Amino acid sequence: MRAINRQPRRGTRALLAVLPFVIVAILYLIGSALRLADNPTDKLLPALSSFADTIDRMALSEDPRTGDVIWWLDTGASLVRLFVALSISTLISLCLGIAIGLLPHVKALMGAFVGVFSMVPPLAVLPILFIVLGLGEASKITLIVIGLAPVMIRDLALRTEELPTQQLIKAQTLGASTFGIVQRVVLPQILPRLLDSLRLSLGPAWLFLIAAEAIASESGLGYRIFLVRRYLAMDVILPYVAWITLLAFLMDLGLRRVQSLAFPWFAAARTA
Amino acid sequence: MSAITIRNLWKEYDERVVLERINLEIEPRAFVALVGPSGCGKTTFLRMLLSEEVPTRGEITIDGKPIAGEPTAERGVVFQRYSVFPHLTVLGNVLLGLEFERGGFFARLFGAARAKAIAEAREMLACVGLAEHEKKYPAQLSGGMQQRLALAQALIRKPKVLLLDEPFGALDPGIRGEIHALMRRLWNEEEITVVMVTHDLAEAFGLATRVIAFERPRFDPVDGDRYGAVIKQDIEVWPRRIAGQASPHKTPPAAPPLAPSSETAPGRDDPAIPAGLGRDDLALQA
Repeated sequence: MRAINRQPRRGTRALLAVLPFVIVAILYLIGSALRLADNPTDKLLPALSSFADTIDRMALSEDPRTGDVIWWLDTGASLVRLFVALSISTLISLCLGIAIGLLPHVKALMGAFVGVFSMVPPLAVLPILFIVLGLGEASKITLIVIGLAPVMIRDLALRTEELPTQQLIKAQTLGASTFGIVQRVVLPQILPRLLDSLRLSLGPAWLFLIAAEAIASESGLGYRIFLVRRYLAMDVILPYVAWITLLAFLMDLGLRRVQSLAFPWFAAARTA
Repeated sequence: MSAITIRNLWKEYDERVVLERINLEIEPRAFVALVGPSGCGKTTFLRMLLSEEVPTRGEITIDGKPIAGEPTAERGVVFQRYSVFPHLTVLGNVLLGLEFERGGFFARLFGAARAKAIAEAREMLACVGLAEHEKKYPAQLSGGMQQRLALAQALIRKPKVLLLDEPFGALDPGIRGEIHALMRRLWNEEEITVVMVTHDLAEAFGLATRVIAFERPRFDPVDGDRYGAVIKQDIEVWPRRIAGQASPHKTPPAAPPLAPSSETAPGRDDPAIPAGLGRDDLALQA
């Protein structure tokens, strides 16, 4: 039988999915054990026990100096920035994307501008943001928005243009106004596509967040990683990276769930 | 129920002449089928009736008034594909026309107005035989059922003119027969003038009161796009079909008055039809 026709069974499928994770874990444990056997004070690949110590120290007990639980303080600060930035990007891209995709005048006005603006490298304007907006939350959130919004605007404008012309004509023959078409025909069909766009934007969003936090911040997951880097504290960095990965994965999963629950028609309509 | 008049209509794209010298009087409640080879401009003609395209020269009037420059509710339409909205249920698709009509700025109805609209939409759905599918999404319907839904959706706004762009072209022959019967009945019952583009001559002569053939009569060997298509044939279908009257030449009539769900000839693949009633069903042979 050809390889393209061979389907794994249910159990095999689950096993295969877990396998790469197990291999990475095993490789890490071997490497860590070898290095620690060589030098018990090695910092590069800490043992699992030191991770447990770190998590206990940072996530489960209060910082003796400030009384905060650092892990959750960092997580909260980062997530607030991320959610505010994602909400602003979503709102901007939804309004502008639909307007550009649907209204020829707005497309003529904004199309080229958004196209050029989306090519501005966000990290290159970060110093400008710090100079203009100061080192507070505004500059970090603005960085993420500048990084995400232009791409999402273009994506949603394309999705809007992709809607069959027949649908727009049909809506007009049913007596719809422009606003009626936007909110009864276009918006409901763009929302599930927005969730797709948002899922793809999560990666860049975290990238810009951590970059901004690394440079100027007093809390946040990215801030902490770059802070303890000075002490080669891999026992902090690695759990933080894993935690960020888990958060990003859960957000992606959540968005996918929302898409299938809130828009049950979408999966079938997409393949049709 | 409206007369359509087309006077000296031309359509050109840059140097390319698509249609030229089209003059046509369509009487109220006529069912006109437009036929012709691919690329002869019959769909372009329909788009101009819909105001999706603007004629280069000439004018189109409905009941003596020039048509609006954009699609309006007086002209309903059913396309071959993408006629229904994938994000709305069957009921929602039919309801949408009423919501656009009466729902004001937000195109939504509430309370008694909504209940009344739902009742009207259900009546329309029963009329096309989709009553028990109202909660489904279009992607869950067969092609024939989607087109029946598209007809219901277009007719709920009571358009004067119904424009059909190869609406049944993608359907299986059996399903097509059913939907022809439905189309015939709707044309008889609703006060509409129908213009249908089709490439199926049997369909054209089977449904229409008048068949109009477009063709490019002249061909310039140097510049093939120099001359556009004109009306080559204008055939009145005989025996004459008159809306609202059963054809005297057909016994029994094509659409016998049966129960609503079986008013169209049931096909064997239609999930709307319970077992034992389908046309090819073995249970009926005895």
